Amino acid sequence: MDFDFTPEQTRFRDELRDFLDAEVPLDKQEVFGLFTEDQYQFGREINRKLAARDWLAVGWPAEHGGGGKGPIEQSILAEDLGYWRVPKSGFIGLGIVGPAVMVFGTQEQKDRYLPPIARGEVEYCQGFSEPNAGSDLASLELRAERDGGEYVLNGSKMFTSYAYHADYMYLLARTDPRAEKHRGISLFIADLKTPGISLHALPYINGEMAAQTFFDNVRLPVSCLIGEENRGWYHAMTTLDHERSGLGRYASVRRVFDDFYEFCQNPAPDGGRPLAEHPLVRHQLAQRKLGLETWKLLCWNVAWMQSSGAVPNAEASVAFLFGSEERLRFAEMAMEVLGPYATLRHGSPLVPLLGNIEGIHREAMHLHGAGTTEVHRNIIAQRGLGMPR
Amino acid sequence: MDLGLTKEQELLRRTARDFLEAECPTSLVRQAEDSTEGHVPELWRKMAGLGWLGIALPQRYGGAGGSITSQAVLFEETGRALLPGPLLTSSALAAQVVRLAGSDAQKNSLLPGVVSGDVILTLARGDKLETASAPDSSPNQSPDQNSRGLILSGESLFVPHAGIASQIVCATRPAIGAPPDTTLVLVDPNADGVSKSRMESVANHPQYLVEFDDVPLSAAAVLGEIAEGRPALDAAVQQAAALQCAETLGRAQKVLEMTIEYAGSRFQFGRPIGTFQAIQHRCADLKVAVDAGRLLTYRAAWMLDQGMPAGEAVSMAKAHAGALSRRATETGHTVFAGISFTMEHDMQLYSARAKIAEANLGDTEYHLDQIAGDAG
Repeated sequence: MDFDFTPEQTRFRDELRDFLDAEVPLDKQEVFGLFTEDQYQFGREINRKLAARDWLAVGWPAEHGGGGKGPIEQSILAEDLGYWRVPKSGFIGLGIVGPAVMVFGTQEQKDRYLPPIARGEVEYCQGFSEPNAGSDLASLELRAERDGGEYVLNGSKMFTSYAYHADYMYLLARTDPRAEKHRGISLFIADLKTPGISLHALPYINGEMAAQTFFDNVRLPVSCLIGEENRGWYHAMTTLDHERSGLGRYASVRRVFDDFYEFCQNPAPDGGRPLAEHPLVRHQLAQRKLGLETWKLLCWNVAWMQSSGAVPNAEASVAFLFGSEERLRFAEMAMEVLGPYATLRHGSPLVPLLGNIEGIHREAMHLHGAGTTEVHRNIIAQRGLGMPR
Repeated sequence: MDLGLTKEQELLRRTARDFLEAECPTSLVRQAEDSTEGHVPELWRKMAGLGWLGIALPQRYGGAGGSITSQAVLFEETGRALLPGPLLTSSALAAQVVRLAGSDAQKNSLLPGVVSGDVILTLARGDKLETASAPDSSPNQSPDQNSRGLILSGESLFVPHAGIASQIVCATRPAIGAPPDTTLVLVDPNADGVSKSRMESVANHPQYLVEFDDVPLSAAAVLGEIAEGRPALDAAVQQAAALQCAETLGRAQKVLEMTIEYAGSRFQFGRPIGTFQAIQHRCADLKVAVDAGRLLTYRAAWMLDQGMPAGEAVSMAKAHAGALSRRATETGHTVFAGISFTMEHDMQLYSARAKIAEANLGDTEYHLDQIAGDAG
């Protein structure tokens, strides 16, 4: 048993941290609850600089433009980018689209799609959820009909994060409406500049601008089909298990916890004694420190499984579920400790910690990523514990 | 990074599980609970034969010199089987104090017996245990020794297995003066002035109030140096706490398995109750807590093996173990419901031992306080 990195991995981490210290000043770091254009563009710039060092897709094979290392290095990168609060960009391409294309794409598709992702040049969004397909995703209705050398797409996708920055959408569409629902779905990559695609703004409570994406007789060449027709559900579910450690999400919360922990050592906002001297606050800080450390270990368990060639399934749901709930527990605890100061937003001269606490409390309502917490419990019970359906 | 067990550890796990399933069924656990001392000498001898009593002791005393990680594998299995008796107290705690603080003579006289099962040790702690230098007239004073003997007085509560212990390792403070440094001494529980009374306890757990009425001790009874026992005591307690987390983990894992099996075979409303999400989600939550417990426990064990400062890691594992115990108890009793409220059902054996383990070697709140550390 070994909970540590190899010397090479430690060296990579040290070099990465030197880079982040130099390139990511505090005033450029993401603040929870704020999604500014400047911040997004800064994140893109960092990604390009990482790519220049072969670090952005560090876990990808070199033949696809990656760094030729493995899941541990990719997770080290994710954790530190999260902790340094580098605004997120490119991660759908790197974490989901790339691995799927590597497994199911043709050589032509690999050559076309993978290098720009590894170079940090393109942004992807994901087109899975629909107005009538959420937890029951396989009931999705967006239609793709074959017409000669093209597919014609009609319908809409819901909750399209990064829609306004994305170049491509990685999407699931129904290609055989007569088949059993899981067996009539195909996987596509759609260029968002294709005529017939339009966005309807859908602002999120965390400040992010997402969209509902409409498809009106959108014609995609058949070369945009990834893998086999009607096997898209299985392709997508297999590759969803590829980038599941969630270390970036963990580390972004850990950073705010660490800042909050330090904040509690200093005189309170009202000039009174440090908050941490209060026994109840002290107790809560210990509880959350334990919770966050647990979350970290659950994430690294997933990364380690991936590095050993295993495909995490229920284990990824364990980490994700625990993380979603721990993030909310921390946010609620910090809000309570701050009292009325917790109601101030970024921009108020009196707001503590740049508004990160108020922002993370809104972010923590995102309890549904990659499945609701209840869906994750179903996965753990049925796939992890073998309980009957 | 490698979070899996080694081949040897996998083998140890399989061997231990097979042995305990055959030799330590819950009928035997109940038998031990009904006995006065909660100890099954025949099982104890078999465990000695397997080398378990010496797994944590160096080879020169006949032990296996196993890592803390390997010991954790074993204790996961003993927890799963609800193994009765003093394995944790004697081999993993009190004998470790002797190993860390004792002289060669003390180690040679006690540790081979611990390994063979002939010697059972326990540990007595508490603020009321005091040692003072023996007066000049003490009969224990040997004229050719330049150090005088000691007088032990006071009492210690919750001393496990004192009724069968060959020796009690006592962690004492000085009778007069500060600082309250720890002096470790070996005491014969049958010596004049030592009295033991059984404390009526959950699951008939054999824990004792041990009182010492000015018990004279020779200088040879001191483990290490007078007033220098704290590091050895702390190190032994830290290791034992990590191993007790492994025990808790094994017990919780077994409760989870029992619960799932029952939920799959118990029919209500014409279907197995395990098909209901209300049941599934409780089991999923217990699974999350078990996985977390495994990672926290083995990380603490690994850090101890590496010689890294592991105080916070052990406290995290132990604080979580408390929460895990409570969740396992609640999940089991909720899903088994009425039948688990009966004495004949095994669930009560698990929930009773969960309480004992949580209170032992620092409870959940104590360890949370350790985690808070310098927070305020």
